[in-house]
Amino acid sequence: MVNYFKLIALGLIALFALIAANYARDLAYLVNAVTVALAAIALFIWTLRRTDEPVPNVDLSGEYMDGVVRAGVIATALWGVVGFLVGVTIAFQLAFPQLNFEWAQGFLNFGKLRPLHTSAVIFAFGGNALIATSFYVVQRTSAARLWGGNLAWFVFWGFQLVIVLAATGYILGATQSKEYAEPEWYVDWWLTIVWVAYFAVFVGTIVKRKEPHIYVANWFYLSFIITVAMLHIVNNLSIPVSIFGSKSVQVFSGVQDAMTQWWYGHNAVGFFLTAGFLGMMYYFVPKQAERPVFSYKLSIIHFWALIFIYIWAGPHHLHYTALPDWASTLGMVFSIVLWMPSWGGMINGLMTLSGAWDKLRTDPIIRMMVISVGFYGMSTFEGPMMSIRAVNSLSHYTDWTIGHVHSGALGWNGMITFGALYFLVPRLWNRERLYSLSLVSWHFWLATIGIILYAASMWVTGIMEGLMWREVDANGFLVNSFADTVAAKFPMYVVRGLGGVLYLGGAIIMCYNLWMTVRRSPAVEATNQMVPAE
Amino acid sequence: MDTYSLLREIADSWVLLAMFAFFVGVVIFAFRPGATKVYDDVADIPFRHEDKPAQRGGRPEEA
Repeated sequence: MVNYFKLIALGLIALFALIAANYARDLAYLVNAVTVALAAIALFIWTLRRTDEPVPNVDLSGEYMDGVVRAGVIATALWGVVGFLVGVTIAFQLAFPQLNFEWAQGFLNFGKLRPLHTSAVIFAFGGNALIATSFYVVQRTSAARLWGGNLAWFVFWGFQLVIVLAATGYILGATQSKEYAEPEWYVDWWLTIVWVAYFAVFVGTIVKRKEPHIYVANWFYLSFIITVAMLHIVNNLSIPVSIFGSKSVQVFSGVQDAMTQWWYGHNAVGFFLTAGFLGMMYYFVPKQAERPVFSYKLSIIHFWALIFIYIWAGPHHLHYTALPDWASTLGMVFSIVLWMPSWGGMINGLMTLSGAWDKLRTDPIIRMMVISVGFYGMSTFEGPMMSIRAVNSLSHYTDWTIGHVHSGALGWNGMITFGALYFLVPRLWNRERLYSLSLVSWHFWLATIGIILYAASMWVTGIMEGLMWREVDANGFLVNSFADTVAAKFPMYVVRGLGGVLYLGGAIIMCYNLWMTVRRSPAVEATNQMVPAE
Repeated sequence: MDTYSLLREIADSWVLLAMFAFFVGVVIFAFRPGATKVYDDVADIPFRHEDKPAQRGGRPEEA
């Protein structure tokens, strides 16, 4: 019976999407509307084929819901490769501007591909990793099956639709020009719906947990889900010009808009790329090290200190702007205070290995997790330093910032995600072990050397750039033109691109290894639950 | 008083105090007597229910 309502709803969505496509005022909106219509039609057919078929009534409450986690693992690996590939492409576009091909002008030039890269790696790769691991972790640590049945599948597919709409929109010119929040109004609305469902599944599972205590990883995941919802809604307050067009107008303007954007932007880093991934750290590092977290008390203080302080750090993105001095000083002070909880968390992650340090020699997965936590510590040292106004006057608008972001994103987020994927795949597909540990080592070293090339070249070129921009002669005239700095940066741009190639190569090796794990690794011997009483 | 100044005054005084007090309270709570025993137990949560959920209402049998 429910299926009839689903079919009616899907049919109406497809119809309205096609009407919208017909009235579309711009190309991006047209393509997005057709995409929505196709998705609705595909889902319509899928639902239709299952309507009035007998449904086997199986009690699944005795099993975890791992299908959606498996899908999330596949999506994470695939979107990761796509995001890294676009990143390598734009890195070489900066080094060799000829790669902004004339035939692809307006679609595949640097300006269009750059937001595609950032959104693909943060939201498609990182977001899928967070959704998949949070579904895995919340079930294991609550000892309960996911709440809401197929709602988890809605979250997964709804999020993929967000990604596809956003990505095609960027290429075709739909953007509200807010960094990391580029998708236009209708994608924002859809993401809000998906996110509410995500929140419901996560909280519902926690509510029906069998463990009396809510494990610390879930605290981090939950703060990530709630805060991202708040940030997303406030930063995307905009009024569409037409319901048949992608263009919208922001409600805030001027410095308020800038401050809202960087309150969002920095907390996207703080809660999406930090709190959520710390949830991963607090589950997967203890699991892989086979020992509980170093100090559970420290993890509680880590959590509350991090969420209390991070939310204030945004104004350090707006030093020397129209933002009042007190606000940027506040942001700077909180950024420096943030050092302490960050390092508390890093120490907690690293010291989890105390007494098991020998695993570093034998287990490349734990090595990956440890270097990830190490990069977390490094970039949370670099970040507060760069937020100091005097340092920022040198570093801001230079490639130092890009290097900083990538030591955090490639080192911390990427490596902990790879570690989690290597942990999850054998378990989710019921395999005894990974296909090849030496391929994991290859991935580890390629990725690590890639990050080092990336970060080192960006330090050099960023500081050089900053110094060249401020260099004045005896009469107070600027010595260098902007084009001089661009020319001087060429060798470092090439090194950075090569670092990206190594990192991408490692990720492709990982995909091969995970694929072969599922295809070739021996299965775990089936442990039948119905063991006869002997 | 305009909205901004009013909100600013509340934020700079009572809200600041309340948030700081909450945070200090959390730290003290984490170090309450008996906490070590509780936290030693809950730190083991990831190792309890790897394969399947706990049975209805029961404690984990492997405990």
